[in-house]
Amino acid sequence: MHNTYLSHNNIVSAYGFETSTAIDQISNEVSGLKLVDDHSILPNPFYSSCIDHHLLEERYQQLNPQEKHTRLEKMFLVSLADTISKANIAITDRVGLIISTTKGNIDILNTTEFSEDRTYLSELGKKIASFFSFKNDTIVLSNACVSGVLAIAVAKRFISQQLYDHVFIVGGDLVSEFILSGFNSFQALSAEPCRPYCKTRTGINIGEVATSILVTNDQSNLAKEAVSVLGESSCNDANHISGPSRTGEGLHRSIEIAKKQAHLTAKDIDFISAHGTATQFNDEMEAIAFNRSGLEKTPINSLKGYFGHTLGASGLLETIIGMHSLHQNTLFKSLGFQELGVSKPLNIIENTQKLAIKTFLKTASGFGGCNTAAIFQKVG
Amino acid sequence: MNNTFYIQRYAHISDHEVSLNGETLYENTTDDFSEFIKGAYQHLQIDYSKFFKMDNLSKLAFIAADVLLENESENNIGLVFSNKASSLDTDRKHQESLQTYASPAVFVYTLPNICLGEISIKHKLYSENGFFIFDKFNAQALHTYANSLLQEDKAEKMLCGWVDFDNGNYDAFLYVVAKKGTFVHSTTEINRLYQIK
Repeated sequence: MHNTYLSHNNIVSAYGFETSTAIDQISNEVSGLKLVDDHSILPNPFYSSCIDHHLLEERYQQLNPQEKHTRLEKMFLVSLADTISKANIAITDRVGLIISTTKGNIDILNTTEFSEDRTYLSELGKKIASFFSFKNDTIVLSNACVSGVLAIAVAKRFISQQLYDHVFIVGGDLVSEFILSGFNSFQALSAEPCRPYCKTRTGINIGEVATSILVTNDQSNLAKEAVSVLGESSCNDANHISGPSRTGEGLHRSIEIAKKQAHLTAKDIDFISAHGTATQFNDEMEAIAFNRSGLEKTPINSLKGYFGHTLGASGLLETIIGMHSLHQNTLFKSLGFQELGVSKPLNIIENTQKLAIKTFLKTASGFGGCNTAAIFQKVG
Repeated sequence: MNNTFYIQRYAHISDHEVSLNGETLYENTTDDFSEFIKGAYQHLQIDYSKFFKMDNLSKLAFIAADVLLENESENNIGLVFSNKASSLDTDRKHQESLQTYASPAVFVYTLPNICLGEISIKHKLYSENGFFIFDKFNAQALHTYANSLLQEDKAEKMLCGWVDFDNGNYDAFLYVVAKKGTFVHSTTEINRLYQIK
């Protein structure tokens, strides 16, 4: 079977409009989270990382758009334009497009600027596909907070079935009243910058990015930070729709299947880019699952302290940062962590440090009891 | 590597009717979905109190899956579902509730994959889940994805299909793919069975 590679990529975030700007800031341990006081989103101030409106508009106008787009569409177009340009691949019928999002253009439910049709995720898919003249219908994946990493697995599976040779994935969700009020109703939001796995953690921050990547079976013209996808799996907890399993069942099973497919054992994994939302139950569940998989000594970080939880983008965003981590032989600090606050041991990365590394595990878990694990390795 | 898979059985819920392999299991002329699906639940003698907490999309998917999995002993069954309206029916309810206060019991259903979780819980499926959104029924994507998971031994069987609920209109078509079965697992057959109502 052919290998599948993750290659050229882009991150549009509070840090800027390229992957490199985000990586530079993360290397310097700078958080993108800021206190936001916007009553149209939430009555109380909240920590979030948001993309600058004016700078986004500037970048979007440079694409010379011929019709009106929503804020999320602008984010997607700006991100994908950069990735497509770097990939330098002709958009033929062998090229697919996957959108990873939980809520798409849900913010326009409450406005009159766009027709209600635009709230349908398939319409979002059409707008993005037509802008870049994709030949195939867009595949929209909406699978809660595992969407971003599951989208990579989906791209790989469509490529291995020879439906496509290349797939572009773009992922993102907005920081909106719809989302914030929902997480607030679960009392899941932290009033401070989040502290994954920490004893003093009090919940999540929601953040905003658009991120995109080329997934390909072609080993030529790969990005310098390219990785191959060695194994991936997505298992349900079969336990509860809004609470993670107390035994970490689905996550543990996902990791085991991914390891088996990759022909690797726990000791072959150099670090874990975990989900780490900083809610009590999620982080505890992860600690149990990682211990069951023999990964308690493996260096681990959560990147939520930099971006917050970016929902449908998070798994893809954090995979891209993991690729750069491998390329730079650098483990990035799990920002916000002070003292272990889960019942099982974990080897939290407390300081950004150089280390020769070649393989990492990415995990995510979400509502509906879903979990995904994927293992990536440096090319060459 | 085995490349030939089969559709073992299929179920439809649409036009006031629940059917299995083309045979009607339950009919009700009401245009009210809540009344219709509750009637189906009672008629099929499913004893599962969590059903009443579910949103419309989950109720629709849950009943269609239950009809197909009632006597199923395999539990490594991957789920790949799709629709057009995602969870918009519940999204609109959550958006409306923001005038007063948001409810976690509503908010959790503002994701289409929650119905996969409901089915996984009921049938103890610790297996692959994926929820796709398409403009219309897309047999090619479902067929390709199911083949991939079966060929890579990530699932012994697949439960695939379409579950859409929007503005009171409902349409569910689910089918089981396995190594043995009645119909060849092909896009032609998937499309043909989808159109039998």
